[in-house]
Amino acid sequence: MSETTTPTNNAPAPAAAPTRRPSATPWRKTRAAKLLASRDAITIYALAVFLVYASISIPRFASPVTTGFLLLDVIPVLLIAMPMTLIIITGEIDLSVASIAGLTSATMGVLWAGGMDIWLVLAISLLVGVVCGIFNGFLIAVLGLPSLAVTIGTLALFRGLALVTIGDNAVANFPKSLTAFFTSKLGATGIPTVMIGVVVVIIFFGVLLHFTPFGRGLFGMGYSKEAAAFVGIKVARSKFWLYVASGAVSALAGIFWTLRYTSARSDNASGLELAVIAAVLLGGVSIFGGKGSIPGVLAGVLLIGSLNYALRLGRVSDVVLITVTGLLLILSVVAPSIGSAIRGWRHTRRAHHNAAQ
Amino acid sequence: MNSALESRKSPNKQPSSRGWTAAAPVLRLRELPVFIALSVLVIVTYLINPLFLSAQGVKDLLLNATIVMILAVGQTLLIITRNIDLSVGSILGLVAFGTGSIFAAMPDIPIIAVFVIGMAFGVVLGAVNGILVTVAKVPALVITLGTLYVFRGLNNAWAGGKQYFAGDRPDAFGALSVDTFLGFPIITLVAVVVVIAVALYMSGTRPGRDLYAIGSDPDAATAFGIKVSKRVLLAFLANGALAGLAGVLYASRFNSVGATTGTGMELTVIAAAVVGGVAIFGGSGSVTGAALGALLLTTITSSLTAVRVDKFWQQAIVGILILAAIIIDRVASLRTAKKLRISEARNV
Repeated sequence: MSETTTPTNNAPAPAAAPTRRPSATPWRKTRAAKLLASRDAITIYALAVFLVYASISIPRFASPVTTGFLLLDVIPVLLIAMPMTLIIITGEIDLSVASIAGLTSATMGVLWAGGMDIWLVLAISLLVGVVCGIFNGFLIAVLGLPSLAVTIGTLALFRGLALVTIGDNAVANFPKSLTAFFTSKLGATGIPTVMIGVVVVIIFFGVLLHFTPFGRGLFGMGYSKEAAAFVGIKVARSKFWLYVASGAVSALAGIFWTLRYTSARSDNASGLELAVIAAVLLGGVSIFGGKGSIPGVLAGVLLIGSLNYALRLGRVSDVVLITVTGLLLILSVVAPSIGSAIRGWRHTRRAHHNAAQ
Repeated sequence: MNSALESRKSPNKQPSSRGWTAAAPVLRLRELPVFIALSVLVIVTYLINPLFLSAQGVKDLLLNATIVMILAVGQTLLIITRNIDLSVGSILGLVAFGTGSIFAAMPDIPIIAVFVIGMAFGVVLGAVNGILVTVAKVPALVITLGTLYVFRGLNNAWAGGKQYFAGDRPDAFGALSVDTFLGFPIITLVAVVVVIAVALYMSGTRPGRDLYAIGSDPDAATAFGIKVSKRVLLAFLANGALAGLAGVLYASRFNSVGATTGTGMELTVIAAAVVGGVAIFGGSGSVTGAALGALLLTTITSSLTAVRVDKFWQQAIVGILILAAIIIDRVASLRTAKKLRISEARNV
């Protein structure tokens, strides 16, 4: 949904800047000040405030056990959120990620049950994810179809193929050493060992988005595809590779899911796509494209994860957890628009005031 | 020589283009591909297994489609205006559980009152979505993704582990989805009436046409003087009412309602609309098409069972259908664009 009824209000910050420029003091608009008050920075503050609050007031929160469980829980969302951030920044979307994870899981189960070497199983499963991504990328980038519609289709298609692959069966007897590795911790810190790999993925996408011409091109595409194409950004090719990356990372998440819960099933990770999108939007990425950052998304994912974990420690039921996620999401998008409305109101009042003088 | 060629060419050309024009209105119908697909599916299944079109078979087909059909009609109203409602499954769940609670608290309440309460409840939930979208000017995709979670959480909090079963409800209420009128299940007739009424509203009234205008170009619609926010809010209210209706019918049709009722339904409903030729970025499509799309998606399950294909293939086929639908739509729109270019070039 790159455009909705009111495309003008999606960008409160750039809209606010020109209205202020003539009257406000210039020091307010320095780069650092802007960065510190940006939408994703607010999510980071919220995360920091919450972590400090939880560590002080919730018993047993600040412990390696917490770190371990919390991080293990958020890994699938964290992984998939990385390519999703880049895709949403270009103004597109990928709803098929959870189905790709499910298909990967089903493939792993069938191949392993068929007696294949585990490393070959992992390689083929990853390849399945890449092929799914290529398929999405082909339809969206080459044929130019709308990504929302295409990925609703492949959401059903890939989940369907997972069902065809493994049916109602579940494969559970993966090698003990491997499944133990996927839940192991780095010494006394409580940080899961696989987090190292996850951090590599995060750094990869962070650098790609924020420090390369390719990444700057993605922001440009989010503002205007035509303008981006005009200044020489290869729009279709960029989109294609994003979907391939999304497929590959979704496959990694599927592999992680399977080995963490020691169960390959066709319905693994179902519904995860909406959780990922909620976390990305909470992290300050605009659904219209053109705005967002990896640190913000990181904070968004961890904020939802740690809130959920804290509520669970406080024996609050799952009931409240989803409500809190939903309210956070709505609040995070409604608040800036209310803020810009107030700024607009103050601006017009000041203008009237000046005119009266 | 040259003129002879020309004179031979032109009469050749005229009739063929005239024949095309005569068939064009039918061929241009966006519902046509999905109608053909549905017919082929039903005929092929019938040829393989004649039991498929027995009285009971047809009744099951229609019953299965009813609820998705009503939801797809509501969703179409929104998609046409470039909005979307991801929270329909949660709305349906809340209303369905509400219906169960009402009957548990007041077993003697008239059934019609339950329908009114259910639809009013749906309107309230739809209003939450609509007001957030139109007042805060935030995209519907984000707002309704949020309310998807919020409504589901409310349902969890309300229902907890409790479930209401068919036995808790009056027999007359359950009979709505068992009894038939002229061979059609009563709740399906309700859906058909809804489809026809909304279709007439969309094609025959000014507010209905306004929805298309809003979806085609919101800025132009505003400039033209259409009250965009008001229309969009009304579309959300209507969608809420229809989701409420579907929730009450769900309680009548299915054995149990609880905290998870309706989970994941949003994507099926949007898929039905997309397969039925409703363009995902607004401006075109029809509720009739969406209803046919819903019928097609739900019929696939029964067909696969009837021709003894593994039921596991069902979802994959649904996916292929959605992709086929948007590719057909793309090809058709490219052709229209080309035709427009040619006719405009002639005018110059």
